[in-house]
Amino acid sequence: MMEIGLNHYLILSTILFAIGLVGVMRRKNLLLLFFATEILLNSVNIAFAAISHYYGDLTGQMFAFFVIAIAASEVAVGLGLLIVWYKRHGNIDLDSLASMKG
Amino acid sequence: MFEAIAFYLFAFLTIAMFYIVVTTSQALYALSALAAGMIFISAFFFILNADFLGAIQIIVYTGAVMALYAFGMMFFDTTREVKEKKGNKFIIVGMSALAAALVVAIFAAPMLSTNIVALYPSSADIGNTQEVGMVLFTKYLIPFELAAVMLLVAMVAGIVLAGKKMDNSITLEDDTNEKVLS
Amino acid sequence: MEKYLYIALFAPLVSSLFSALFTATPKKTFTGIIASLLIFSAFVSSSILLTHILGGGEPIHVEMMTWMATGDLYIPFGFVVDEISVTMMMVVTLVSTVVHIYSIGYMDHDKGFNRFFSYLSAFVFSMMILVMSDNYAGLFIGWEGVGLCSWLLIGFWFHKESATWAANEAFIMNRIADLGMLVGLFLIYWNTGTLQYEGSFAAFAHLDTTTLSWIGIFLFIGAMGKSAQFPLHTWLADAMEGPTPVSALIHAATMVTAGVYLVVRSNELYSLIPHVGLFIASLGAFVAIFAASMALVNRDMKRVIAYSTLSQLGYMFAAAGLGAYWVALFHLMAHAFFKALLFLGAGNVMHAMHDELDPFKMGGLKKVMKWTYIMMTFASVALAGLFPLAGFFSKDTILEAAFAEHHFVIYSVLLFTAGLTAFYSFRLTALIFEGEERYKLFGIHPHEAYKYMLVAMSPLLILAIIAGAFRTTFFGMVEEILGAMEYHIHSHVTLWIMTIGTQVFVILAIMYAYKKYNNAKITVPDGTSAMENSFMYKLLLNQYYIPYAYEKYIVVPYREMSEVFWTHVDLKIVDASVDGIAGIIYNTGDRTSAMQSGNLSTMLKWMVAGLLGMLSLAVVFGLAVRYSDEILAILSGLGV
Repeated sequence: MMEIGLNHYLILSTILFAIGLVGVMRRKNLLLLFFATEILLNSVNIAFAAISHYYGDLTGQMFAFFVIAIAASEVAVGLGLLIVWYKRHGNIDLDSLASMKG
Repeated sequence: MFEAIAFYLFAFLTIAMFYIVVTTSQALYALSALAAGMIFISAFFFILNADFLGAIQIIVYTGAVMALYAFGMMFFDTTREVKEKKGNKFIIVGMSALAAALVVAIFAAPMLSTNIVALYPSSADIGNTQEVGMVLFTKYLIPFELAAVMLLVAMVAGIVLAGKKMDNSITLEDDTNEKVLS
Repeated sequence: MEKYLYIALFAPLVSSLFSALFTATPKKTFTGIIASLLIFSAFVSSSILLTHILGGGEPIHVEMMTWMATGDLYIPFGFVVDEISVTMMMVVTLVSTVVHIYSIGYMDHDKGFNRFFSYLSAFVFSMMILVMSDNYAGLFIGWEGVGLCSWLLIGFWFHKESATWAANEAFIMNRIADLGMLVGLFLIYWNTGTLQYEGSFAAFAHLDTTTLSWIGIFLFIGAMGKSAQFPLHTWLADAMEGPTPVSALIHAATMVTAGVYLVVRSNELYSLIPHVGLFIASLGAFVAIFAASMALVNRDMKRVIAYSTLSQLGYMFAAAGLGAYWVALFHLMAHAFFKALLFLGAGNVMHAMHDELDPFKMGGLKKVMKWTYIMMTFASVALAGLFPLAGFFSKDTILEAAFAEHHFVIYSVLLFTAGLTAFYSFRLTALIFEGEERYKLFGIHPHEAYKYMLVAMSPLLILAIIAGAFRTTFFGMVEEILGAMEYHIHSHVTLWIMTIGTQVFVILAIMYAYKKYNNAKITVPDGTSAMENSFMYKLLLNQYYIPYAYEKYIVVPYREMSEVFWTHVDLKIVDASVDGIAGIIYNTGDRTSAMQSGNLSTMLKWMVAGLLGMLSLAVVFGLAVRYSDEILAILSGLGV
């Protein structure tokens, strides 16, 4: 219990990921939806770093690094798109995004 | 001992922060909690001897990403209370919990770790940052460069998307606004 | 020499394809001429090959290309020209050349003139493959090819209901028999590992008699269908719906003899199983008398000749079954000549009489159709087996063989049949050509056929007369490959008594036929005379009621059974299950399309649900792998 192992980190990462999933599913405001995706990405980063540490391999850290880079790009592009959407429709409500209805 | 205390403390804090992020109806609270959660996560990186990653986490997330979100919030005027979905919460929570339980079950099962060989073993002699630098600029040089290009592209895209017709006010109801909205 | 082999084989194909180019256009005489020329070139090549073989040359064996090579199965497109196949090639190409030229005149007024030549040449090509192949698979391809062409040609006048019916009957009967043949081929491959003649013949010697008997029986079932032996004989008489040249070529001279060819070709198999051979011989003798009896009373000129063909095929099988393969082959050859001649003569008569087939409505035609009369008389004499025409030598040798093998029942049946043959042949010629000119009652003005048709027929006439002279040559040629032997009746006196006795019997039969049918009192039967009401007459005229029996006990129950299967099995099980699957998929799509609301939130929920499903699968499979031994133990405990 006191000795922290890889599984502790993986379970923590899973719990955070689940919280992120809840956010993704229940949020209606697109900006807050973005927050939830950040949680998802971060939870995975923890798992990467932990695996990297416990196997003594730097590859995991590298992946976490690239994930951070991707997260940053995603925020930049995503916010840009949100602004365009907001200018068009005056809100960022998910329910107004239904043009893909089949 | 110290490590365990730190792990449980920060685990509790992170979970709490992220819980606030997904549940609160105040966007500002959510933003603040997310920023705090990011910083707490960097603590794990420090515990795991990934100093460089921890630093990056603080700089990128709390420095850059959070600042962007803060601007976004100001822009969208989401300071007012956020309307939530009315749908069945039990389904959402249940599905997430079940997914988490399954993943935990998979992790809890005995893992086949014997075959894993470290490709880039970390050595004790040099610091983590130096190690990361060495791997990043040798094996992962091309992905690194690509990531740089990707960030550039994202920056250009963000500016182009957000910066179009910035001179038109979107809060004043006038003729120009009609044009933008149409 | 290989060059000639390929010419003989592929000239008919070229001819068929060439004629096929013009099938959609009106009659073009040149298609007939070019087709005839190409078939003639095949005939010339075959003759060259015959001289080569006769001159003591080695059999020619070529492998054009590999056809199938999978695992142990190796079947090439191999062709062989040896003593047996060269005989068949000669018969096929000669008769088909004659028939092609004859058809130019016969089909003169037909709309399907070009199509006819295309089919006819295709038939020749298939027949050449059949006789020239060096393996059973190639033989089977030719076998099916001639079956197909026969179907096309019987049903040539497809707007006639009866013609299509007859074509289908022939095709279906042949399919039934071909199944037997196919089983035989499978057995050969199963037991010998090869379908090449050489390889399988060599392997037959090491097989046990039971296996060989089954192979022999199944192959003979195939032969029975193609050669219309009892009980698959009914199609041949109905096949007379086709144009007469077709009857001459396919249903007299070549295709129907393919069964005999198969038995002769497989002689190494049948000599190992004499009991099957005896069965073949007995069946042959039975069919000989059975068909001859039906020919006695029939009032359709072409059907009489068809029954005669059937009867002669019975002779051939009798000879082949008794191990006298060379005699069978010789009779096949001689029979092809005079029977084709007979058919073509009948075609002339039909043309003259405006497709009237009842000989009772003819009579006295010898005045207007002198040459046809001469040809048909000679053909009938040859068929009856009078010295010195072809039939005498071939048929008499069969009788001698039966006698020498001490199968006296078969001998006496065949001898009696010879008398019947003579009777019905001359009943026919007498009714057609002699006596009163009854056709005048029906207002018909007969005329002789075109000159070139008669000229085309003349080679057959000559051969029908002189073919017997080749007996010794032929024997010399095939004696090695067929293990032929001269049949020696122990005393010369017996032989002379037999020969002369047969001749006298035949002559008496002919005289009786002439006496009965060559007089002024013959009228068109109207069903009132005592003879026509006798039981035997009705039995024979109705072909022993066999077609009725087939109709009543096979066709009708089969149709009813199919009806039941259609309504109960096909509609309710097969169709229903297929429709059910389609319905399930359709309904699933219908119901689940609500998922695609376009709302991102809903989609995300579905995505998470999918993730959940995948994770569950991963866990289940992981557990299954982890506990696979236990699961297997439990399953085996349950008896799975």
